Amino acid sequence: MVHMCTVVPISLTVGANRIVPAVAIPHPLGNPSLNRDDEKKLRRKLVEKALNALQTEVSGQTVFE
Amino acid sequence: MTIRIVHYINQFFAGIGGEEKADHRPEVREGAVGPGIAFQQAFGEEAEIVATVICGDTYFNENIAAATDEVIGMMENYRPDLVICGPAFNAGRYGIACGAVAEAVVDRLVIPAVSGMYPENPGVDMYKKAVYIIETSNSAAGMRKAVAPMVRLALKLARGEKTGSPEEEGYIPRGIRQNQFAAERGSKRAVEMLLKKLKGEEYTTEYQMPVFDRVTPGAAVKDIKKAKIALVSSGGPVPKGNPDRIESSSASKFGRYSLQGIDDLNPENSETAHGGYDPVYANEDLDRVLPVDVLKEMEKAGEIGSLHEYWYATVGNGTSVANARRFAVEIVKELTAAGVDAVILTST
Repeated sequence: MVHMCTVVPISLTVGANRIVPAVAIPHPLGNPSLNRDDEKKLRRKLVEKALNALQTEVSGQTVFE
Repeated sequence: MTIRIVHYINQFFAGIGGEEKADHRPEVREGAVGPGIAFQQAFGEEAEIVATVICGDTYFNENIAAATDEVIGMMENYRPDLVICGPAFNAGRYGIACGAVAEAVVDRLVIPAVSGMYPENPGVDMYKKAVYIIETSNSAAGMRKAVAPMVRLALKLARGEKTGSPEEEGYIPRGIRQNQFAAERGSKRAVEMLLKKLKGEEYTTEYQMPVFDRVTPGAAVKDIKKAKIALVSSGGPVPKGNPDRIESSSASKFGRYSLQGIDDLNPENSETAHGGYDPVYANEDLDRVLPVDVLKEMEKAGEIGSLHEYWYATVGNGTSVANARRFAVEIVKELTAAGVDAVILTST
């Protein structure tokens, strides 16, 4: 499992092992200030990062910056 | 009038034997036995240990209901005003027995009970809400230190006096909140606490956070192009209209929703049920919380094996850890049964 969230310290506190920092609390996987295409590119990049985290062996809590 | 006390101990502290005698059936003896002698000394003239009930730890744990009945029956004959259980230190089965007996004493004999345990004794989590458990060290070497606070709390309870906070009395917090008047208002106390924290000074929180557990990381996904990925979220992403009426805070449930025929989340087919953040951006385009559009494209392009047909959602806003844990157990069971290889969990 990979946890995509904005407040990384909370994710660390509750014990997630693979963490991908997200954009903002009300829109973790988007940014309303961007145009549609750029926003989707941003989202795709974050999802790719999450998939990469899932394919990475970790021995403890790891934040994928 | 002298307070009448009955003491519960296991076969080991009664001097009957160790593990080989752990199947010892309940028995009752007049007066104080084993650690009861130290308790009697501490009570002095205030209270008298009129009887001691002894039971083997294994017998008790393998027959909790029957053993509790037997033990309570024996205690009842001595008309106690209060019951002391243990202390059990870090002995797990003894702790569970002490907790179960103490809880039954409170429920059935309607008198107070006091036990003592090391915080990691499994009996603590099981019974701390029901009974007073004085925090002890992890072995019987801490007996002397355990007796004083147990006796002090026992006398207060037996006399019907007001008990202090967990810190004052030395018992493990029971999760009971009491209103009280403070000299300073909350904002001032908060700023003072923050300043102390910044300076690295000692401070006492007014609201203890729960302790979270840890899990071993799952193995990495070998081949993401063959993996079945599921989406789970605590950000409240639900189909338009929130069909399961998931609460906007303190959620009591989660929902499972089909992605069949959905390639993109939009204001027509979805919204957020979460009441803990500004919902405007999520309601405009819920892909911002649950990246369905991107993952559907990746699925079509063969970049991932597949996207699981259902997404799971709850609202992580003031939701209790107990509920969250229950949701997780149920969700994981379903995901595992569906052959899901990996999960992307999003939180707001």
